[in-house]
Amino acid sequence: MAVIAEPIAKPVSRFQLFLDRREVLEMFLVAPAIIYVLLLVGLPLLLAVYYSLSTYTVYDPSWRFVGLRNFWDILQNPTFTQTLLNTFIFTFGSQLLGLVLGKFGAFLLLRPFPGRKIVRALIVLPFVIPVALATIAWRWLFDSLYSVFNWTLIALGILERADAPNWLGTPWLAMLCVIIINAWRFFPFAIVIFLAGITAVPQDVIDAATVDGAGFWRRNYQIILPMILPIMAIGLIFGIVFTFTDLSIVFLLTQGGPVGATSVLAFAGFKTGIESGDVAHGAAMSLFMLPVLLIVVVFMLRFIRRREI
Amino acid sequence: MQRVLTRSLWELAFYLGVAFFVVLAAFPFYWMVITAFKENSDLYDVSNIPFWFNEWPTLEHIKYLFEETLFARWLWNSLVIGVCVTAITLVTAVPAGYALARMKSRKGETLGIMIFLTYLVPPTLLFLPLSRIIAELGLQNSMWSLVLVYPTFTIPFCSWLLMGFFKALPVEIEEAAIVDGCSLFGAFIKMAIPLSVPAILTVVIFTFTLTLQEFVYALTFVSSSDQKTITLGVTTDLVRGDVFFWGELMAGALIAAVPVAIAYNLFLDRFIAGITGGAVK
Repeated sequence: MAVIAEPIAKPVSRFQLFLDRREVLEMFLVAPAIIYVLLLVGLPLLLAVYYSLSTYTVYDPSWRFVGLRNFWDILQNPTFTQTLLNTFIFTFGSQLLGLVLGKFGAFLLLRPFPGRKIVRALIVLPFVIPVALATIAWRWLFDSLYSVFNWTLIALGILERADAPNWLGTPWLAMLCVIIINAWRFFPFAIVIFLAGITAVPQDVIDAATVDGAGFWRRNYQIILPMILPIMAIGLIFGIVFTFTDLSIVFLLTQGGPVGATSVLAFAGFKTGIESGDVAHGAAMSLFMLPVLLIVVVFMLRFIRRREI
Repeated sequence: MQRVLTRSLWELAFYLGVAFFVVLAAFPFYWMVITAFKENSDLYDVSNIPFWFNEWPTLEHIKYLFEETLFARWLWNSLVIGVCVTAITLVTAVPAGYALARMKSRKGETLGIMIFLTYLVPPTLLFLPLSRIIAELGLQNSMWSLVLVYPTFTIPFCSWLLMGFFKALPVEIEEAAIVDGCSLFGAFIKMAIPLSVPAILTVVIFTFTLTLQEFVYALTFVSSSDQKTITLGVTTDLVRGDVFFWGELMAGALIAAVPVAIAYNLFLDRFIAGITGGAVK
């Protein structure tokens, strides 16, 4: 080591003593990160709660406290009930589709074959491309006139041009498109998480099971699956949280339309709070996300903790 | 004979499955590439085969991006934001990750999990109050608001990632330095940091790509064109009313997406390891 001891004769300053006490130094090193996060995540979170209980708007920034009236207003509005329902359909539809695709994809990629590295790099593209940019590409794929899907269906003689679906203009089709894009974005993540879990299962455990006479399905569902559940749980937390709170896909693909069919919580909060300037109602809408997020996170964390024992 | 046949049928099914996944994942990307280089007359003719060039490829759209739009400016803005956010993240997350890893008992781990959980607090819950805070600071409609806000998700993620790294670094190295006369802080600066260069590089890549990907905060805080980031500029400024300039849109998306995709692809396993924390041992 090239570090040479300093001569002891030098008087030890107060600052140096401070930096030599382990607990003090540790707190000093963590403090900037914690302060940043408290000021720009913790404080805004509290502010959001307060806005939702006030009459704050961009035009009238008063802090008058009105209790739960904003929440009551919102729930009276049938459009919002639709939005709430949409959020759940969007989240669980795309997670389910993404998981199914992820499971099959991981199953294929588990086996070594020539070119696996390149195949993997291509398959993870949806997850590594910024979602806003990918959504714009999808919008072009679903274009009312130039959709390549419609072109193919017509060219194959399955459809007449007159019957070609207007993907983003029909309510249920638009919802389907939003779900497909989100599932498309997350299935590579599911594949990679799944693979990471499986490769972490010690080979001798699998071998022991094989020697003991466990068949393919038994190995899969009674040994590998329980062992990778914690990591799958974490993958699912991220999938659900990021989907449930996303607005970019809806904003760029459908603008919540047609007639509110794809409006989700985050998008409604943005429309009301930012575009209309009704901060109080917008905050109340956004806060509907909070209980679901808390439940998901707490449930998953407990699950992981229990698994570790 | 029968066995050979079943076997090759299985092989065929396997490669068909692989091909299905490759097409599913990469087709929109292929679509971006092909649209970006097609002539408009080729693009907007429904009788043309859309999957390939019916006329010669062109660089017209890319030229248009740089000459007629603020594309170069958005690239520059994204670069500046990325560099500043990376600097802020390194200065805060490296010490935090180190201290969390070295804390005795379970305190470090609990604190680490708490910091990491803030990564899960969605921008869509925070943009309303943050937009007020930014207005108070006089940063509304300026790219500097993004420099202020992006560390809220890069710091938690990177602290967590670095905590895992420092835990794997043997304490003995710093102890040896302390025996040689280094202070505790000196051991961190002179021993731990130089040894963590690979981890720091990972953090730089992630911070940069996370800021390039971000959309919600940019959309909420920035509205004038010359302050936009590349992701926001491409997705909102190249649409005039109801008219979509598809060639330019796809060219812009392609240029913005390719570096992120490559960087991410190379570091994906580290990203997954960071997200799943201790779950894979």
